[in-house]
Formats: sequence, C-alpha cells, structure tokens
Amino acid sequence: MSMKISTRQVDGVTILDLGGRITLGEGSVQLRDSVRDLLSKGQKKILLNLGDVNYIDSSGIGELVSAYTTVRNQGGELKLLNLTRKVHDLLQITKLYTVFDVKDDEASAIASYSQV
Amino acid sequence: MTGQQASRITYTLDSSLDSVNKVEQTAEQMARRAGVDEDEIFRISMAVREAAVNAVLHGNAYDPEKRMTASFENTGSSLVIRITDEGKGLDPSTLPDPLAPENLLRGSGRGIFLIRSFMDEVHFRQLHPGTELTLIKHLGSAQTGA
Repeated sequence: MSMKISTRQVDGVTILDLGGRITLGEGSVQLRDSVRDLLSKGQKKILLNLGDVNYIDSSGIGELVSAYTTVRNQGGELKLLNLTRKVHDLLQITKLYTVFDVKDDEASAIASYSQV
Repeated sequence: MTGQQASRITYTLDSSLDSVNKVEQTAEQMARRAGVDEDEIFRISMAVREAAVNAVLHGNAYDPEKRMTASFENTGSSLVIRITDEGKGLDPSTLPDPLAPENLLRGSGRGIFLIRSFMDEVHFRQLHPGTELTLIKHLGSAQTGA
C-alpha cells in the first residue's frame, strides 16, 4: 500500500523513481520529505519518474503541485517522467498537465534541463 | 453477498486512514461485483476514497470521538454510496474552483472536484452536525456486460 522511492543521479539531474501509491498518509509525506531533502543539498534539477505509480489521489496530486512550486521558488526545475494513463488522465482533468513539464523519454528529459 | 440486487452494507468507522482504505477497498469490490469496467472501478473507488478522506480529515479532523459511516448499496440500476461525518458541516458552494487560474497551483482543494468528475450524481446534505455525501454511479454504460 505504500510508496517506494529510490534516487539516482544522471548528468546532474536527480531522478526519483517512485512506485506504488501517492496518497494521503502514504506516499505524500515521503515525496515531500524527499524533495525537501534534495533541495537542502542543493540538488535543484529533479525528475520524478512516475512510471510505477499505479495510484494517486487528490492529496498526491497536491503534493506534486507543492513539490513543483517549492522547487521552482528555489530556482530549480521539477519535471515529470513516464506518466501512467491514470495519472495522465488525472492531470488532464485537473488542468495540471500543461502546468507540469511532462516527459516520456528519460534521455531527452535529462537533456532538457538547463545547463547552469 | 454475491447478489447484485439491492445488496446493502453499512460500516461505522473511526476517523483514521485505515478507515479510508477500508472504504476505498469496499467500493472497489462493490464496483467489481457489479460488473463495472476497470476504468470505472478506478473512478468510483477514487471518488469514494476522496469522500472518505473528506469525512475523516476535513469533517471529523481525526477526532477519535467522532465516527464516519459508509454505506454501499447496489440498487440494481445504480451504485449508491453514502459517507457521513460528524464535523462542522460542508457548504459545497463555498469551495473554490480548483480549475481557476489563481487556484491551479494550490496544494489542496481538488477532492470534491474529482468526486463530481467521476460520479454521475453527488448530493450534499447537512446533518447538524456533520455532512452526508451521496455518490451515485448509474449502471449500464459503466458495465462491461457481465
């Protein structure tokens, strides 16, 4: 029922591979803590790989939005990778699909980050 | 428990995330038994989860003295789920529009919107104290033909 997070670095971009559920009380807090931890270490190029996220609720959606704004407010970039159809549909319904920078290929996602 | 006609089950639950998960799983099982397709099962169970979160978190505020009730009924033509809390009450007309540009980047406020998006009918009733949400999915178009 919980969410798994693993972290890796590729060409200066931190990729969070997320799996499971991002919901109230399960994945939301983990995601928030992970993003804050990265920012505290100065890692501001963050790519959330949601390929193995099979469920997200309104709390999880809110957490994605909060992560996005938090990173952006600190001068960083947070992008999304490999949305499942369910997550894609939810972002469409909530009009967030155009807010996020959504990628479906890891290599091009990495290349899309500004080289500062 | 396997019949699809006028089967009804009611739970009285404490204000916890375990209760939210139980309600969500019950909705999923109910929709599956009714022969609803996979996409609709997801929508129904998510809407019910959001209603339960609303009851436990915003209604009862995790108060251990307050209960949530959840009833599930298959009338044969519809799935009817009622979620009640013992909170201060909810006036849906006061909820901000989560699709408005000024609200798009808010970290919360999408639960009721998703419930309305995923169900055919959503009704609010004030209980003094508390709120009852009735979520209805009409069977037929949502079913796979089972």
